[in-house]
This record gives sequence, C-alpha cells and structure tokens, in this order.
Amino acid sequence: MILTQQLILGLLVGGLYGLAAAGLSLTFGVLRVLNVAHGELLMLGGYGAFWLFTLWRIDPFVSLLGIGPAMFVLGLLLYWALFQFVVKAHEEVRIKNSLLIGFGLTLVLHNLAIRLWTADERAVTTAYAGAVARIGALAIPLVRLTSLVLAFAILAVLHLFLTRARWGRAIRATAEDWEAAALMGIPVGKTYLLAFALGTALAGIAGGLVSVSYSISPSIGLEWTLKALIVVVLAGLGSLFGCFAGGILLGLAEATSVVFLGGPYREVVGLVLFLVILVVRPQGLFGGRA
Amino acid sequence: MKFLLGGILLAVGFAALPFFTARNDLLNLGVQIFLAIALAQSWNLLGGYAGQINLGHAAFFGLGALATRMLWVGGIPLFLALSAGAAVATAFGVLIGGPAFRLRGAYFAIGTLALAEILRITVGNLMPEISTIPAPALASYNILPRYYLTLTIAVLCVAVVAILVPSRVGLGIRAVREDEAAAEASGVGAFRHKLLALAVSTALVGLTGGAFAYYHVSYYPQHAFSPAWTFDAVLISFIGGVGTIHGPVLGALFYVILKELLAVRLVEFHLLIFGILFILVVLFLPGGLVEAWSRARRLITRKADPLPTRSPF
Repeated sequence: MILTQQLILGLLVGGLYGLAAAGLSLTFGVLRVLNVAHGELLMLGGYGAFWLFTLWRIDPFVSLLGIGPAMFVLGLLLYWALFQFVVKAHEEVRIKNSLLIGFGLTLVLHNLAIRLWTADERAVTTAYAGAVARIGALAIPLVRLTSLVLAFAILAVLHLFLTRARWGRAIRATAEDWEAAALMGIPVGKTYLLAFALGTALAGIAGGLVSVSYSISPSIGLEWTLKALIVVVLAGLGSLFGCFAGGILLGLAEATSVVFLGGPYREVVGLVLFLVILVVRPQGLFGGRA
Repeated sequence: MKFLLGGILLAVGFAALPFFTARNDLLNLGVQIFLAIALAQSWNLLGGYAGQINLGHAAFFGLGALATRMLWVGGIPLFLALSAGAAVATAFGVLIGGPAFRLRGAYFAIGTLALAEILRITVGNLMPEISTIPAPALASYNILPRYYLTLTIAVLCVAVVAILVPSRVGLGIRAVREDEAAAEASGVGAFRHKLLALAVSTALVGLTGGAFAYYHVSYYPQHAFSPAWTFDAVLISFIGGVGTIHGPVLGALFYVILKELLAVRLVEFHLLIFGILFILVVLFLPGGLVEAWSRARRLITRKADPLPTRSPF
C-alpha cells in the first residue's frame, strides 16, 4: 500500500521532471549548448508564479500564460547577450564553453534571487491545494494530477509545433545537421534563438508548476538541473515524449527508493542511475543519437 | 624566471607576516588565501593543463577533510592524518578515473558533479552531527601552526604543478588537452596522462581538505563536500588565468580579498560579482587576469611581445 501510494506520487512528480528535461533537451539537442543554469531558470518561473499569486492573487495555473511568454523573452535576451557567442565555436568547444557560461549564470541568478527575495522557502498555497481524489486508501492530490496532465499537454503541443509548423521543422532540421540546414536556406541563427527561447519558456512553466505542489527557494536550481540532466541521459536526445517517459521513470525510481532505502537517499538513486547509464550506454535508454 | 622570483618573494612575505602582526583577522585571511590557492592550483592541473573540467573537486577535498579529521581527532599524529587524507582522496580518484575518463568533455564535467553530489548527500545522511575539535585541543588552539601548514600546502601545490608542467610528463598532459587523437598517434597515452593528472590533483586537494579539517574548529562533515568548493576552484582558476602557474595564485588573492571587502556589508554578494566576471572572462578574455595584464602592458610599451599561448577553451 505504501509502495503504491509512493509510486503514485513518483508518477506525478515525474511529469514535472519530464517537462523540466524537455527544455534542456531542446537547447542541448538543437544548439549543442549545455545550459547548466536550466534549474535556475526554472526557479525564476517558480518565483514568477509565487509573486503573481501573493501580490495579485492570480491563480498559478492562469499565471503560466504570462510566465511562459515572459520567460520566452528572457530566453531571447540570454541568447542575444551570452549564448550567441558560444554557438560560433565548433562542437566540443561549444559544449564546454556553454557549460562554463551556464555555470556563471547559475551563480548570478542564484545570488540575485537571494538578494531580491531572501533565501526562504516559498510555496503557492491555493484554496484548493489540499484537494485529493481517493481510490480506496490511496490519495491522489488533484493539483499534482492537473500539473501532470498539463505537462503532457504542453509537450504534445510542442511536439505538434516541431513536426507540423514551418519553424518547428526548421528547428528539427537544424538539430539534425546545421550545415545542411543552412544550405537549404534555413536561417540557423534565428532557429537557434527560437529553440533557446522555447527551452527557457519550458523551464519557466515547469517552475510555475513546481511552485504549486512543491516548494521553491533560490537554491533549488542545482537540484533541478541535475534532475533534468538525469532525464535527458535516460531518454537520449531528440525525443520529447522520451523525456516525458524518462521523467516518469525517474519519479518511479525515486519513489521505490524512498520505500526501500528511506527518504534521505531519494536524490542519490537518480544520480547513481545517471552515472551508470552515462558510462555504460551514453546514447540513452530510449535510443536516439548520442 | 620573473614569476619564480615573484612567487618566492610572495611566499617569504607571507611567511614573515606573523612576525609583524599578531592580528588574528589578518592571519585568518592568510589561511583563506592559502586554502584558495591550493584548491585552485590543484584544480588547475587537471582542468587547465589536462583540459578535463572536473566539477567534482569538492568530493576529494571532502574526503581528505573527513579522513584527516577522524584520524587526527582520534589521536593519530597530524602529519600521518594529513597523509592518510591525501591517500584516501587519491585512491578514490584513481578508482573512479577508469569509468570517468570514458566520458569526454562536458560529460566528464557533469559526471563528476553527480559523483560529488552522491558523496555529499551520503556523508550528510551518515554523519548528520557537527564535528567539533575536542576540548583539550580546543583550549590550546593556536592560529600560527594552521597559518604555516596552509601556507606550506599552498607553496607545495604551486611547486608541484610548476615542476610537473614543463617536464616530459607535463608535455604529454598538455598534448592530450590540445588533441587527444594526435597525442595518441604520437605515442602519448591519453588515458595514462589524464589519470596521472587526476591522481596528483586529488592528492593535492585531499591534503588541502586535511588542512581545512585541522583549521576549522567546528563544521558539519557534509560542508567539506559542498559544491561551493568546486565552484571556488573553477572561479579562481578562470578569473586568474586557467592553464597558467601564476593565474590561480593571482586569482586566489583577488578572489579572497575582494570577498572579504564585500563581506563587510554585503554577505554573499561577491558571488554575484564573480559570476558576472567569470562569464566575461569565458566570453572575452579566456586568459583571465594574466592575459589582461599582458595585454595592458603591450598596450603601454607597444612592444611586439610574442602572442599569449592559446587558452585551452
């Protein structure tokens, strides 16, 4: 019974892991840029939802409509100010430099958040926060269930965009082979800009959802970056639904470990999984390119 | 030659400082600087010269601190405890070197980061209680031996890297950084050289962790595993000048002193400033302060100096 209950909670948080990872996977897969400040961007989105709710009582699910576009703009600015300089280098240097810049950005955003909003833990507590659906003795928190469904819906819309829309196809072509894409007349620079901004928006929306069911503080960035990295490695690059599945797998693995090893080792399980896969099967569990 | 002389002067100056002042705050500042130099220089050997961005440096610092602290508090002589700390860190480094070096570039970086986080969380769970020096040792606590121990370790780190780098092995290590395939083709074993750099780097940082354990009166064992130690080492190396001997030393002086000055009114504000500086260095000045200095000098003297060596990144 405890195991089933934990697995349900793991499944629910897993959707958010998937959403967080999808943004990272998009920027990594398309730009070949590893933005380790992804968790900090997620943290900013969480604060966005928190302040909109605290100051103006805007429902956190509604405020996602504002956070998404705002984070999209932030993504444009970050690309324009920082990452556009990185993508000029060839692949290995590009990944390494983006890692370093992401690391610097991590410090800046983390400490900026502490100065602006203090290091306290915050959470959005809505009137309906405690609502649960009961199936026998099992409790399913409705807010988290909504988040899971929403996360899936967002990924589905993004999938449609990437497969059907002109710009979405440009993004996929660039991810495949940017030189060939450039020869076909795709403006690679603009495609990069769009992909990076989309990735940032995804991080922000994930953060908004995190703030509703879990807590946020300036220091959650590293943890979420690692979660996203774990999922990307689990899923392999290039598949949004792979990310979603990988996120849920991670959530379930954590839940199982909570039951058998106890709460404190929850974070360790994912990291061990991550290292093992990285060393044994660098192309990820669900295939895709390395 | 000039740098050798400058380094010796700096070390002698620091060694003489306690004869002129007994102010505890100055001596403590000295300890901070020495720890920072050792931390950054040991990182620089693997990160700067071998080109392997190790984001798990804190794990080895923490292991050195943990082993040294346990043995020293348990009554083992300090020298032996420190050696054991370095040995434990090196052993762990060599152990993980095999699988870790299967990962290239950024994957090595995030792999080592994950490894360090695993150790940090595990140590925090197994040893949740704060570690304090026992009462008799606390009563006789004196800053001077700590000051000279950390100074010695800082000098040792700089000296080891300075001797290793121009040697045949050092050439091999740098060749691997520039182009692994080309190095292999010329008979330089890439894995062997990377592993050697990792072993020396972890031995030095394990020793530094041990000195930290001897210096600090009380801390949570988990604290020595905090990623902040890694971040400090990376920031200092890059801002000073990664892949140079004097870069990390200058970087450490700059970093610790500016941090102290800012801390008076703005606690933790320094990380915001250093984060911005770090980004600027990575983007526009890959040689750090060292390159800034040589550029400024060229500008003033307008001499045609040889171009600075290309940064590894």
